[in-house]
Amino acid sequence: MSLKRIDLLICCGSGCVSAGAIKIKDQFHSVLKDKGLTNEINIIETGCMGPCDYGPVMVIYPEGVFYKKVTPEDVEEIVEEHFLKGRPVKRLMLQDEEEKNYLTNKEIPFYQKQVKVALANCGYIDPESIEEYIATGGYEALGTVLTTMTSQQTIDVIKKSGLRGRGGGGFPTHLKWQMVHDNPSEEKYFICNGDEGDPGAFMDRSLLEGDPHRVLEGMMIAAYAIGAKNGFFYIRAEYPLAIKRIKLAIQKAKEAGLMGENIFGSNFSFEAEVRTGAGAFVCGEETALIHSIEGQRGNPTPKPPYPAVQGLLKKPTIVNNVETLGNIPTIILKGAEWFSSMGTQTSKGTKVFALTGDVRNTGLVEVPMGITLRELIFDVGGGIIGDHKFKAVQLGGPSGGCLTTQHLDVPIDYESLKERGAMMGSGGVIIMNEEKCMVNVAKFFMDFCVDESCGKCAPCRIGLKQMLEILKRIDSGNGKEGDIEELQRLGETISKLALCGLGQTAPNPVLSTIRYFRDEYEAHIRDKSCANKVCLDLMHFEIDKSRCIGCSLCSRKCPTKCISGSREDKYTINQLSCIKCGTCMDVCPVKAISKVPGMHPDVKAKREAEAIKQQNQDE
Amino acid sequence: MIKEICKKYAPHKDNLIQILHEIQNADPQHYISNEAVDTVAEYLNIPANHIYGVLTFYTMYSTKPRGKNIIRLCESPPCYIKGSENILRKLKVLLGVNVGETTKDGLFTLELCACLGVCGNAPVMMINDDFYGDLTEEKVEEIIDKIREMR
Amino acid sequence: MKTLADLKKIREKAQEEMKLRGGTTRIKVVVGMGTSGIAMGAREVMKTFLEEIANRNLTDVLVTQTGEKGLSSLEPVVDIIEEGKPKITYGNMTPEKVKKVIVEHIVNGRIVSDYVVATGN
Repeated sequence: MSLKRIDLLICCGSGCVSAGAIKIKDQFHSVLKDKGLTNEINIIETGCMGPCDYGPVMVIYPEGVFYKKVTPEDVEEIVEEHFLKGRPVKRLMLQDEEEKNYLTNKEIPFYQKQVKVALANCGYIDPESIEEYIATGGYEALGTVLTTMTSQQTIDVIKKSGLRGRGGGGFPTHLKWQMVHDNPSEEKYFICNGDEGDPGAFMDRSLLEGDPHRVLEGMMIAAYAIGAKNGFFYIRAEYPLAIKRIKLAIQKAKEAGLMGENIFGSNFSFEAEVRTGAGAFVCGEETALIHSIEGQRGNPTPKPPYPAVQGLLKKPTIVNNVETLGNIPTIILKGAEWFSSMGTQTSKGTKVFALTGDVRNTGLVEVPMGITLRELIFDVGGGIIGDHKFKAVQLGGPSGGCLTTQHLDVPIDYESLKERGAMMGSGGVIIMNEEKCMVNVAKFFMDFCVDESCGKCAPCRIGLKQMLEILKRIDSGNGKEGDIEELQRLGETISKLALCGLGQTAPNPVLSTIRYFRDEYEAHIRDKSCANKVCLDLMHFEIDKSRCIGCSLCSRKCPTKCISGSREDKYTINQLSCIKCGTCMDVCPVKAISKVPGMHPDVKAKREAEAIKQQNQDE
Repeated sequence: MIKEICKKYAPHKDNLIQILHEIQNADPQHYISNEAVDTVAEYLNIPANHIYGVLTFYTMYSTKPRGKNIIRLCESPPCYIKGSENILRKLKVLLGVNVGETTKDGLFTLELCACLGVCGNAPVMMINDDFYGDLTEEKVEEIIDKIREMR
Repeated sequence: MKTLADLKKIREKAQEEMKLRGGTTRIKVVVGMGTSGIAMGAREVMKTFLEEIANRNLTDVLVTQTGEKGLSSLEPVVDIIEEGKPKITYGNMTPEKVKKVIVEHIVNGRIVSDYVVATGN
């Protein structure tokens, strides 16, 4: 037997795996074997460490050295230099702006404003080991609740903590629980909603992958509080690793006697199983999710009856989000006061956000509620990539809204965001630089919602489609006066009339971009111009004759043969045939070709002539 | 074979989605045939039209034969912002197919999908159960070549 | 598992396995593993520390490594760092000397002055 001297923690969350973490891990195993070091060094696969942009990442203890973007070729050097000679490999460490290396993971600014509650163990323990979870205090909360507290006392602690649902709406967790607790029904169910589908959100996946026992423990505490004996994890099929990990966690908990009959010698017995989705965004809505578990199409049904009254198999059912459950064991262990000491008046505790888009440090972060957008994007996120400026941030996925520079000092909590037309949603934060066209972004979100609409209710099925058509019209240069007002009218109507949350919130991206970027919509409609040169019909390519050297490369590469000229006369683009593929700009050796905002006058004239001709024919 | 898969599950309607997943994964062409639907309908004692209703509702199921490798490229906003359109164009050129089509050699089917939840490494695609992130046009070419070689 | 006491037992054992990540140890042994240290036998010294500490089940000791310190003529060099006490540096270490340092210094708290080459920072 030999003592281990190094714990090598390799992030094996889906982000790092997609960047090649498994290859790195295998390489470490083989190099350590070659050098006879397997007895001295532990290789541990952890869940997501957060800074996905730098993947594959790893942390080496006892020092806590953090390495980024490791390749299989780096492995030999890490072993040789760091493990054998004690000299950390500087070029793989993160650096600050003055190129000073950050020596340990604790020094990295990305982690400094973060407070990890739900994600406390993600990236720190081996998610496949129940022992490591127990070492961090795991299952202590469950044991305490079962042996010393009544179900009502458990609910009261959660009530006092002020915990609200982390999946989107922010409904107070204890209110739901109390409703089912008070229901005399013999059979009740508990469902963990792992059907995370908001584009740009991946905290639930990371938590299920990185610390599955925490979610399982949270579920068992909740099930005890409401009196349920059966639980379901509903996880989308796009998350195979999360499904595997939670299944393993259930199996290990059973083997350890932490799940099954009379847990901790109490009267509480519990079984859980995993159900998977099959690719339908709307199944994140609780009534749709319940139908999906029942083996049906995932169509939502009107509420009431709420699932708390009539849910799975018509029995009282609680549907809680993954992150919500992840907070529960810690609230029980550290107390309601500790939890409610973080955050704002109405929003307590911490929230996990997924930073994506044009931000330097993409990845997963957990911060106290009430932090400002500026701190989140610039301090934790490290600001905008490259020489660009911050333009807008989309919070809450396709149900959320776009906020802009004027909102950077808004504290993030459920109410502040809602007032300004955005929402917390599941915590997806998509950051955009000044090159993005907001009309195009709004169209993109609308396209997503139209695709994902289940088609059951008319406002969502027909109304969203109409909104999308108008946006496409504006985007293609056929926008009319009154289109903006029509979008607003439709959006407000759909918000009021749609059956479920998907439809009710789907107009938000359009409504919020109109609210804060109305001038862009107007320029698209009136001036037929996309200032950011994103909407293809509202921009064109031009050759600067003073720079053109007449080499004919663009003309030869053009797929539609719409560029003509000669060495003497230089080259010009026939705007009527141009498909705006951009090949000419890419191949030009002297960079004489550029994008210019606005529809070209030739195209405009042709379209107007066609419109008149059409009109005459109609008459 | 389909009967054997069914028997792993209790004959309750709520197991339908799991059974369909397993049938589709076991099929070399990644689809659910009419015969399979009939077998499942009989086993679970539910009408076949209910099963078709479910099959066509969820995007991951196919009632038509597909390639050996299903490529699912994420088309959600975080990937779009990071240039997924270029990746799609590259894939179409490399494979010579449009979205929803299968290559002539039956090796690949190209599909688009909603967010895969790996947005920190956008743009992202999934081939069968494996994720590929931080995609560039060169990287895509490498990945496709590698799978072609493995055959 | 039926009681919180059972859980505590598992937790204590598991925490032991994870102590490298926790950083709450009584004594830290730092072996100098620069090129000259390794040339002079630092690998054997490191191995002996790891094996002996495991065999004796000394749960509050952490072994780690560092680079060259410039004491080439005294390699292999080992630092023993204890909270609130001056750092002790031993030089010219061998597996036999390691065993003595473990028994005398780490277990019984008596510095083996014959091997000491420096004290303090």
